[in-house]
Amino acid sequence: MVQTEAYVILSAVLFVLGVMGVLLKRNAILVYMSVELMLNAANLALVAFARQWNQMDGQMFVFFVMTVAAAEVAIGLALIVAIFRTKRSTNIDQLHQMEG
Amino acid sequence: METFPQLVPLIVLIPLVGMLINLFAGPRLGERAVGIIGSTAAGLSFLIAVLLYLYLINNDYQAVVVNPPFLNAWITIPSGGTFIPWQMRVDTLSVTMMLVVTGVGTLIHIYAIGYMHGDPRFARFFSYLNLFFVFMLVLVTGNNFLMMFVGWEGVGLCSYLLIGFWFDKTRGEGWKNSNAARKAMIVNRIGDFGLLMAIFLIFWTFGTLDYFTPGEIANPHLAEELAHEAEAEHEAEAAGEIGAPAEGNAAEAVTEGEAEHAAATVVYTNNDHIKTEQLGVFGQTERFLEEGHDVDFGPFSLPFETVLVLITLFMLLGATGKSAQIPLFIWLPDAMAGPTPVSALIHAATMVTAGVYMMVRSNVFYHNAELTSLVVALIGAGTAIVAGFIAIGQWDIKRVLAYSTISQLGFMVAAVGVGAYSAAMFHLVTHAFFKALLFLGSGSVIHGMEHGHHHAHDHAAHDDHGHMKQADHHPDEDKPFDAQDMRNMGGLRHRMPVTFWTYLIGTLALAGIFPFAGFWSKDEILADSWLAGLFDNNVGGYIAFALLLAAAFFTAFYMWRQMELVFFGQPRTAAAEHAPESAPVMLVPLIVLAFLSLMGGFINTPANVLGLDTLFGAHRLTYFLEHSVVNAHAAEFQLPIALGALALAVVAILLARAIYGAGHALVEGSRDPLAVRPETAPVWSLANARLYWDETYYRLFEGPFNRLSRFLADTLDWSFWHDYFHNVIIGKGFNGIGQLLARPVDLGIVDGAVNGIGRLARWSAGRLRTVQTGYVRTYAVTVLLGVVLVVVLLLLPLFTRAGG
Repeated sequence: MVQTEAYVILSAVLFVLGVMGVLLKRNAILVYMSVELMLNAANLALVAFARQWNQMDGQMFVFFVMTVAAAEVAIGLALIVAIFRTKRSTNIDQLHQMEG
Repeated sequence: METFPQLVPLIVLIPLVGMLINLFAGPRLGERAVGIIGSTAAGLSFLIAVLLYLYLINNDYQAVVVNPPFLNAWITIPSGGTFIPWQMRVDTLSVTMMLVVTGVGTLIHIYAIGYMHGDPRFARFFSYLNLFFVFMLVLVTGNNFLMMFVGWEGVGLCSYLLIGFWFDKTRGEGWKNSNAARKAMIVNRIGDFGLLMAIFLIFWTFGTLDYFTPGEIANPHLAEELAHEAEAEHEAEAAGEIGAPAEGNAAEAVTEGEAEHAAATVVYTNNDHIKTEQLGVFGQTERFLEEGHDVDFGPFSLPFETVLVLITLFMLLGATGKSAQIPLFIWLPDAMAGPTPVSALIHAATMVTAGVYMMVRSNVFYHNAELTSLVVALIGAGTAIVAGFIAIGQWDIKRVLAYSTISQLGFMVAAVGVGAYSAAMFHLVTHAFFKALLFLGSGSVIHGMEHGHHHAHDHAAHDDHGHMKQADHHPDEDKPFDAQDMRNMGGLRHRMPVTFWTYLIGTLALAGIFPFAGFWSKDEILADSWLAGLFDNNVGGYIAFALLLAAAFFTAFYMWRQMELVFFGQPRTAAAEHAPESAPVMLVPLIVLAFLSLMGGFINTPANVLGLDTLFGAHRLTYFLEHSVVNAHAAEFQLPIALGALALAVVAILLARAIYGAGHALVEGSRDPLAVRPETAPVWSLANARLYWDETYYRLFEGPFNRLSRFLADTLDWSFWHDYFHNVIIGKGFNGIGQLLARPVDLGIVDGAVNGIGRLARWSAGRLRTVQTGYVRTYAVTVLLGVVLVVVLLLLPLFTRAGG
């Protein structure tokens, strides 16, 4: 049986990958994918701890996260499509009209 | 008859109703109805006065105090202990006044129907006359000084309204009339100030304003005297009878006093059973004088005698205003601007005697204030001679009578001053008769002259132009014809026989010719002042006697001068030539008053004179008045004085006849014979100029007053108050403070704070906005850093614990 520590480490690696992606990628879609990666890293940690402590709360929570993530992706992609249609770009560095 | 006194409120109410009807419905009713209503109201008042008189003579002259319904608690201030009831007093003095006022007044009402015929404000005239009745009767029937004051002011108002009745006459005459009305009002205010001060002092001193409280006996001396007489009579009657102690019966027989409860078992002949504070002012005065009393004025106190002098002097000031004495008589001659019935009623017979009535009513005060009595005697006698002298130089028929009225009022006031209160009242009554007669007669003459002028007015207007230029007693002389100027008259005895004969009777009565009314009353005053000098060592008595004797000479002289100018000789203008006799409605009052002037003296004939007292009774009026006038006394007839005064009057008449009679009433066209002769000219012109009395007042008071008001208006008010105080101090100061508040305070501090906050918010927002870069990754980093921070904070305790 794979040890919980391994899952947690994997989860951390995935999360850091996601953070890197969010911070470094300029393509909005890739940023999105990185956000999803972070979510799934968290999901992994949740199920790992659930198995470790033999409590189903973590697993239940994962379902919620996945549901919310799905909804989020739907809205997020729709936004990106709308932004692309007006700006002809998904480069987030060019999308800084909201600066103060 | 017992209930007659309860009618006394009606004597005021009936004229009031008459006034209201004429005021509101008069113009629609027409002259006839208005005249009937007005005269009927006056006549009914007279009827009530007669009933009250009948009550008095049938009830041993018992005074009655009546509380009219609704007005009993007139002024009540429980916390201040002030209670002034609206009480009416029926006693011999007030009934005498009521009879004179309503009797003469009724005749004048009837006369006015004829005199005012055709006047556009006929109804208003009659409602004013009735209103005058209301106030005059309040004045004389009141049982306290405040009611007297109400009446006093009310008659003043009516006088004002009626003097200025023709305020809308053309050619500046309306102005003259309304100015005369204002003059009367203003001069009387000075007197009213005196009366008010007297009332305040009386209230302060006595705590009440009532003359006598109900149940109090006005004249205890007389009451006791009568009780003794009755006792003696009773003893004489019961001389033969046995038993029954005479005293008790005598007390029962005496009903003297004013106890309203006739059924009361005890009949008092004095006021000893009443506490001092429950007595009226006069009763209290007697007590205070007996026991000695100081009046406390807070910071200081004065002996009662001194306060009495003050009260009476202030009252005298009031009397000099209303009764036209020196120094306030100047309004009365101008008051002749009113219609003639008004001059007769208000300014000769009734209102102007209010001051005399007040002083006679307050005889207890005056009797005990020697200093004031001296002043009163001097003022009265001085007024008598000054006004008598001025009357000699007047051309206006009514003005002569006005000065004559002032002079005769001086006689009455002087009589009060020498303590002859009943003589003053006697002269008041007879004077009301003959002076009303003379005024009404002059009204009849004026009326006739105006009609005669209309008859032939073109000639008259022309002829008189020359006269008018010299007439100096009319300030604005642009009118073509003066119906009152005696120079325009002459020879009227043939044109107006009834007026002439009645006027002659009035003149003789005023001049004091035997046996007319004026002879008796004037003689009593002269005798009384002589006796006051002789027996009471009263210097004022001698001075008054001498001055009054001279005034009596002037009286006869100016009256006969008037007779010569008006009725004798030849007509001097077309108007006089065509003057018609007046209508019967005007002549009947003249005839009645002529009868009264002829017979009026016999109401107070002295004892032992030609057996007249057997016919008319001796000193009837004095004995009548004694019951309410404590210090009334009957003067013995002084044959030398009477004969001397009579001779003096006859000489004056003969002198006037010699100067003005036989066709030389005027010389050089329009000048007085006295004005032409060099030796008399300065004296006459002095009289003609009214001794420059008005001018002196103008110099003394009006000039300084005008200068003072100009100073107050221009310098103090305008320059100082407006220009300096308002503009400089208030205006500039306000601006300065305004600037200070606006610039440094408002703009600097308040706005600075508000703007500063705004600027701060803006500045900090400017700083803060740069945080919002718009770059998603910046936010992401921030979030990350935040997360890291949170994680570190969460984990820190673990590390420290682990470390610790």
